[in-house]
Amino acid sequence: MRRTWWLWGASLATYAFLYVPLTIVVLFSFNDSKLNAEWVGFTGNWYRTLFGDEAMLGAARNSLFIAVTASVAATVLGTMAGIAMHRYRPRLLPFMVLTPVAMPEILLGVSLLVFFISVFGEQSLSLGTVIVAHVTFCIGFVAIIVRARLAGMDESIFEAARDLGATPWQTFRLVTLPLIMPGVIAGALMSFTLSIDDFVITFFTTGAGVSTLPLQIYTMIKVAVTPEVNAVSTLLMALTLTMIVIASRLAPDALRGQG
Amino acid sequence: MIRLRAESITRSLVTGPPFLFLFVFFALPSLIMVVASFRYPGEFGGLAPLAATRPGEDAGLTAENYGVFFGDWVYFQILIKSFGVALLTTLVCLVMAYPLALLIARSPKRHRDFMILLVVLPFASNFLVRVYAWMIILGDQSIFLRPVNTVLAYLGVEPLSLLFSGFAVIVGMVYVHLPFMILPLYTNLEKHDPVLLDAAQDLGANAWSRFWRVTFPLSLPGVFSGAALVFIPVLGMFAIPEILGGKDDWMVGNMIKEAFLGTRDWPFGSMLSIMLTLAVLAVAAAAAWLARQGTARA
Repeated sequence: MRRTWWLWGASLATYAFLYVPLTIVVLFSFNDSKLNAEWVGFTGNWYRTLFGDEAMLGAARNSLFIAVTASVAATVLGTMAGIAMHRYRPRLLPFMVLTPVAMPEILLGVSLLVFFISVFGEQSLSLGTVIVAHVTFCIGFVAIIVRARLAGMDESIFEAARDLGATPWQTFRLVTLPLIMPGVIAGALMSFTLSIDDFVITFFTTGAGVSTLPLQIYTMIKVAVTPEVNAVSTLLMALTLTMIVIASRLAPDALRGQG
Repeated sequence: MIRLRAESITRSLVTGPPFLFLFVFFALPSLIMVVASFRYPGEFGGLAPLAATRPGEDAGLTAENYGVFFGDWVYFQILIKSFGVALLTTLVCLVMAYPLALLIARSPKRHRDFMILLVVLPFASNFLVRVYAWMIILGDQSIFLRPVNTVLAYLGVEPLSLLFSGFAVIVGMVYVHLPFMILPLYTNLEKHDPVLLDAAQDLGANAWSRFWRVTFPLSLPGVFSGAALVFIPVLGMFAIPEILGGKDDWMVGNMIKEAFLGTRDWPFGSMLSIMLTLAVLAVAAAAAWLARQGTARA
């Protein structure tokens, strides 16, 4: 391991760059001071404030409802899209599935804003429009994971099921679905995470009075920064972390290198 | 015969729902955007009617929005600046990501997954939280900045103010997008055959030329796909310039947001979105082309 000290040095610096800022956010969520400036003493007060904050609790309920609904819908549609892309190699579907994943979020956000208002009217922006918007960008992630899972499989299993007289539905329910299940669950968890963390698309498709946790964080850091932001950030981080750990256990290859 | 028909029914049952959903909520809105960029703004925001309801009213289609964009240097400048920010972010990400990706790729196999997990974990925090972290670090009250400013005050130098600047925007952009560069680079570097480096060494190449003449050229496809994954989202970003930057640090994304939610000039906002889409397509095409060139040469 000669001459690798600089490689180690640079790498450790990059790891530090990744972790120091987040560590500071978490530490200051337990700090007994209104300013994120210096360590004063330990307190759980910011979490207590958080759980007494009606606006924050309402936003948390909205976030959970949106994430659960959107991830269920996106998982069903995304699994179909993944299977369709693997089995039938359609021409247009991959383009429609993958573009919303690859393009800057703001473009999907504003085009849905224009669409919802010009088709359904100004009042249509609500929880419903946010859910639809989230499904639109989550489908792609589920489809990618499910297709990757199918790609590694032996086609003869499905042929065997058919030759033994299974109907397409039976083949799907008894053979395909159990085999792709880890991918489906990983896709669902991924959608849940993406949905609960989404800021940009929610920002453009939400209506008056409908807030989510990221929107609430946005308002707070633009108006008045208190360690309550650190507390909600820490909780959100813990939730997402749990999801990622479960997802990576279920589909170890799906999360790598997909970006 | 029956099986054939069943097969085609199955096919439309599987392909139909996701296709229909994405057609309505992705393709259609995109088309509406294209049309909207050629329309007049409505009196109270939104879009003017396609057919005039009274004489003298602006109605129908126009190329005026594009005329304003190409006629006014200001808008073009902001687009150029957005490209500049995206390019700088991409380069900084590349320089920071390369050593780490290389180290992970050359580490023993059993350590690699854990080292990659450490790169992915910060993703577990919300995007806004990651931006907020830099508000704390770069703010005037920050634990990092106060000692520096105390020293500067001693020397009689103006205190350093880093937040709400172009510097803060770049730092935030790099922080949020760095893993997008590390992952594809690592995926590429991991596949390199170490025998090539041994051969280069046997032929007398030193570490420097082994890197620049073997490793780096072979890694170009990874470099370009990482660059695309960083460059494209940065180009359309509005939240980071808004939170960490000043008014001078606006990018295309901020103009788009302002057109839709501020001035409510939808046609102008749609036109800007179309320009951004074209820019993204150009970048994606360039990255794909460069990656193919890189592969062909390697």
